[in-house]
Amino acid sequence: MHEMSLAEGIRTIVQDQARAHGFTRVKTLRLEIGRFAGVEKPALEFAFDVVMRGSPAEGARLEMIDLPGRALCYDCMTTVDITERLDPCPLCGGGKLIPNGGDEMRIKDMEVA
Amino acid sequence: MCTVCGCSDLVTADGKVMSHDEAHRLGLAHHHAPAFQPAAPALPFPHVQATGHQHHDHHHYGHGPAGVSVPGMTQERLIEVETSILAKNDSIAQANRRVLNALGVLALNLVSSPGSGKTTLLCKTIEALGDAPLAVIEGDQQTSADADRIRATGARAIQINTGKGCHLDAQMVGHAIDQLRPRPSSFLFIENVGNLVCPAGFDLGEDAKVAILSVTEGEDKPLKYPDMFTAARLAILTKLDLAPHCDVDLAAYEANLRRVNPGIEILRLSTRTGEGMEGWLTWLQARLAEKSA
Repeated sequence: MHEMSLAEGIRTIVQDQARAHGFTRVKTLRLEIGRFAGVEKPALEFAFDVVMRGSPAEGARLEMIDLPGRALCYDCMTTVDITERLDPCPLCGGGKLIPNGGDEMRIKDMEVA
Repeated sequence: MCTVCGCSDLVTADGKVMSHDEAHRLGLAHHHAPAFQPAAPALPFPHVQATGHQHHDHHHYGHGPAGVSVPGMTQERLIEVETSILAKNDSIAQANRRVLNALGVLALNLVSSPGSGKTTLLCKTIEALGDAPLAVIEGDQQTSADADRIRATGARAIQINTGKGCHLDAQMVGHAIDQLRPRPSSFLFIENVGNLVCPAGFDLGEDAKVAILSVTEGEDKPLKYPDMFTAARLAILTKLDLAPHCDVDLAAYEANLRRVNPGIEILRLSTRTGEGMEGWLTWLQARLAEKSA
């Protein structure tokens, strides 16, 4: 959706971490991205390369870990894993589900030097 | 943003260009570009009092990041971060929420596609609320047209231009709140950039998102843009007077809204005929009463 500003958010966190931990270079950065986070991975990869220039994460390898989509079914009141936002409940077939997991966008860890 | 949004603005402090946060961290008085007009500091608006910000009632954004690399150790290691990418926005949003809660201000984030009638609904709402204290933050990529329309009603309004940005973020709204200084137990309406995608993901510190959906947009819109309607507490179907002319299936609109958000509240309204306005005003007063309780 807005991968360029997500990349700027990553850059800010990288710079804060570099100050706090005293490193100069990020070799690998791992993100956890939920299924419903609305993140276009190729767009984020492109934005990452551009936005990290001149930062400790310039040239870093970006790894993205998928997290499953989860939703609460209002018919059977159970939390279920779903693949697509508009999938029916896999348990009862109900169609009223509200996501309660899978919107994560976070930096898990960084390998630094 | 969508591809180019620079949400982190640059400022000039101590003769140098630096990020806004950096200027705060160093405790430097700083200027945004372009230069803002002075505003007198007052509690409880931390940006103003802490930094001597200078503002006017039309804020511009759209600058890129400032890069700083820091020398340090060279030892390879793994650092657990576990931080949300939007952590910075979320923490500023929480700070906004604290300020608004302390004042008992009801803040509503109005979201929709462009042209759904957000500004018209706001103007009619302001008229109908009469003397009730309120303030408005208007977000658009360009122009101060909407803030001008709001000010024409006599209400206080600040226009934020996001430049290339596709949504308001918490920092922009925080600065606007600093300057507007909402009165205790008042309404704060934040009209977001017309966009059914990006504003869903950015907490501004509001009490609720209100999604405006005009009946000419199509019954399938909640299914096509589920994130926005999932994030909203209330959906308002507007331009109800046009429904008979456009073969609109209002039940299908509501069914699709409830499919993506089973808990969503729905109102039907026409600013033109006034139909449904009373329900909306009742909803507003009830939420404000909850907030002030």
